[in-house]
Amino acid sequence: VTAHPSDPNTLLPPPEPVHLLDPDGTLHDDPDHPLGLDDDDLRLLYRFMAVTRKVDREAINLQRQGQLGVYASCLGQEAAQVGSAFALDDNDWIFPSYRELGAALVRDVDAAGFLHLYRGTWLSDHDPYAHNFALMSIPIGTQALHATGFAMGARFDRNPIVTMTYFGDGGTSEGDPHEAMTFAGVMQAPVIFFVQNNQYAISVPLEKQTAAPTLAHKAVGYGIPGRRCDGNDVLATYAVTRRAVERARRGEGPTFIEALTYRMEAHTTSDDPTRYRTQEELDEAAKTDPLARMRNLLTKRDLYDDELDREIEEQAQQTASEVRAGIYDAPHGDPMELFEHVYVDPTGHFEEQRELLRSELDADGASEVGR
Amino acid sequence: MTVTMAQAINTALHDAMAEDAKVLVFGEDVGRLGGVFRVTDGLQAAFGEDRCYDTPLAESGIVGTAIGLAMYGYRPVAEMQFDGFTYPAFEQIVSHLAKMPNRSRGTVKLPVTLRIPYGGGIGAVEHHSESPEAYWAHTAGLKVMTPGVPADAYSMMREAIASDDPVVFLEPKRRYWMKADVELPVSTEPARQAVVRREGSDLTLICYGPMVRTALDAADAAADEGWSLQVLDLRSLSPLDTPTIIDAVQRTGRAIVVHEAAMTLGMGAEIAARIQERAFYHLEAPVLRVTGFDTPYPPAKLEEYWLPDVDRVLDAVERSLSY
Repeated sequence: VTAHPSDPNTLLPPPEPVHLLDPDGTLHDDPDHPLGLDDDDLRLLYRFMAVTRKVDREAINLQRQGQLGVYASCLGQEAAQVGSAFALDDNDWIFPSYRELGAALVRDVDAAGFLHLYRGTWLSDHDPYAHNFALMSIPIGTQALHATGFAMGARFDRNPIVTMTYFGDGGTSEGDPHEAMTFAGVMQAPVIFFVQNNQYAISVPLEKQTAAPTLAHKAVGYGIPGRRCDGNDVLATYAVTRRAVERARRGEGPTFIEALTYRMEAHTTSDDPTRYRTQEELDEAAKTDPLARMRNLLTKRDLYDDELDREIEEQAQQTASEVRAGIYDAPHGDPMELFEHVYVDPTGHFEEQRELLRSELDADGASEVGR
Repeated sequence: MTVTMAQAINTALHDAMAEDAKVLVFGEDVGRLGGVFRVTDGLQAAFGEDRCYDTPLAESGIVGTAIGLAMYGYRPVAEMQFDGFTYPAFEQIVSHLAKMPNRSRGTVKLPVTLRIPYGGGIGAVEHHSESPEAYWAHTAGLKVMTPGVPADAYSMMREAIASDDPVVFLEPKRRYWMKADVELPVSTEPARQAVVRREGSDLTLICYGPMVRTALDAADAAADEGWSLQVLDLRSLSPLDTPTIIDAVQRTGRAIVVHEAAMTLGMGAEIAARIQERAFYHLEAPVLRVTGFDTPYPPAKLEEYWLPDVDRVLDAVERSLSY
C-alpha cells in the first residue's frame, strides 16, 4: 500500500538538466518549458543579475574594510537566484538561507538592511511582511520547514499563494529539509524546494556530501517530483521554477528543483578556498558564467547596446553606493534594544536586567549610544 | 462537575478552537485517535481535518511547520507526544521559535503553544518520563507553564493559546487523571502568578506540575507531626514569580524546592539562588532541594526509588526544621 500511488517514474528527474541558453547566447526551445517572457523581461533578468553582482562585490569590499563582520557571496549563483525568484508572483513567499542577495534584490528588499545581519548591528533589518521575504536563516536547512508550514497555512486558508525556500547541496544532508519534504508531500503543500547545488558545503565537495545519483533524486522518496536545471542559465531556472509554481498553484503540490551552479567565491569571507580547490577548476567554472551568456543572448537579439550597458552599470553602481552609504559607519544598535521583542509582557526580573544595563551605560557616560 | 486534568485541557482546546478559527491543533496521533492520552479527543470530529490533524512522525517538522503556520497568521497548538521526543525539535525550538520575534525586531510574532506531556510516575518505557523543563526555562524568548491542578490546566491552556509569545506548555502526565470539582470554563490567576495552595507557617514547599499533589500530601502528613507547611505552586517556570516566592519564604523563613527533574542546574538551583539573593536575612535554614537524582531516568520498576515522594520531602522538612 502506498500513500500516494503516483508513478515513481514521473517523480524521477529527467536524465538531463533543463538547459535553454548556451554560453554563446544561443537559445534552445523546450516545449515543456515555455518562457513567455518579452524583451523587457529578458533585459530585466539581466539587470537583476548585474546589480546583484555589483552589490555582492561591494559587500565583499565592505567586509575587507571592516564594515561587515563576514559575508557569504553569491558570485556565480546569480542566475539560480534571480531566475527562480523572478518566477514567483508578488504575493508568493520566499524563505531564504543566508546567501540569497540576488533573490532579495528581485524582491526589492533594501540591500543595506539585508546586510545588517553581517554587519552585526542587528539580526535583521527588513520587515518580512513588506516583501514576502522571510529573515535569513543560518542554521542549515531549517527554513525549509517554515516555508512548508506557511504553504500549509495558505492551503488551509484557500489562499492560492506558493512559497519557495532556498537551501544548498550541504543542506540536503540535514534532517529538516527531509522532514519538510515529508510534510509537504503528505499535505500537498504549495512549496518549492529550490536547491542551489554550488558543489561545495564550505570545503566539502558534493561527492562527499551524498551518494545519491543526483540531489533531485532525493525528492522521489517523498512523492515529490525532482527536477534539475542548469543553474547558470537564468532562463532555465526561471522556466523550471515557473512550471513548479504553476503546478503548486493548481493544487498539485510541491516540487524539488536542483539548480546546478558553482560558488565562484569563498564560502564566506572567512574562508580560504585555495585549500580545497584549484585555479584550473575555477577557470573552468568561469566559462559558464551566468551573466555573460545572458548578455550574449541580448546582444544577438539587438536588445543590448552601449546605452543599456551604461544605464545598467549606473543602476548597479547606484545600488552599491546606497548599500555602502547604508552600511558604512552605520551606528551600532541601541544596547537597550537587547531587551525589546523578547516577551510581549516582560516581568520584574527581566526589567531588573534591563535596568542593570541602563545603569552600566549611564556609568559609562554613554547615555547617547552609538558612535 | 468533576473533571480530570486531561478533560480540562481537552475542553480548553475545544473552546479555544471554537472561539478562534486561527487555532489549529496538530501532532502525532492527535486527530483520529485523539492523542495517546486522549487529550485531543473529539477535536477533529468537531473542527475537521484542516484544524486538527495528524502529522507525520517528525518532531522537528511539527515545530518547524508550526513556525511557518504562525508566520502565516495561525495560532498553532502543537503536541510533542512525549517529553523524551522533544529533543529532535530542539533546534527549531531554541534557534527559531524562541528567537524569531526578537531577531525580526517584533515584526514576526509566533503565538505557538507547544504541548508536552512530561514527567514520570506512570510506569512508562524508557524516554517517556523525562522532565526537560530547565532546557526551555533557560531559553530566552519562551514562556514555560505547567499546571498542577485541573482548573489551572484549563485556564492556563487558554492563556497560553491567547499569548503572542511562544509557550511551552508542560502537562504533568501522571496527573492527567487527577480529578477536581470545577465548572468549565474557569478563569484562575494569570499563569505568571505563583499561587499558595496551602497556608502554613513553619516552612514553604515550592513546587510545580506533578509535584504539587506530592507537596500537598506531604503537608498533610507533616500536619500529623505538628508541622505547618505552606505549599507554593509556581505554575509558570518562565517567567518565575520572584516576588511571590520571596514573600512566601519570608513568611516562613524556610524553603524547600521540590521537583521531579534531576537536581543539578534544575529549577531548584535558580529558585534557591533568587531566595538567597533577596531573602537572605529571613532564612532560618539553607534552602533545600528535593528532586530526582542526577542519573538517567530509571526503568519503570525502579522509578519509585527515583521520584521524589512524600517521605523524601518529609526527610528534607525535618532537616530544615532541625537546622
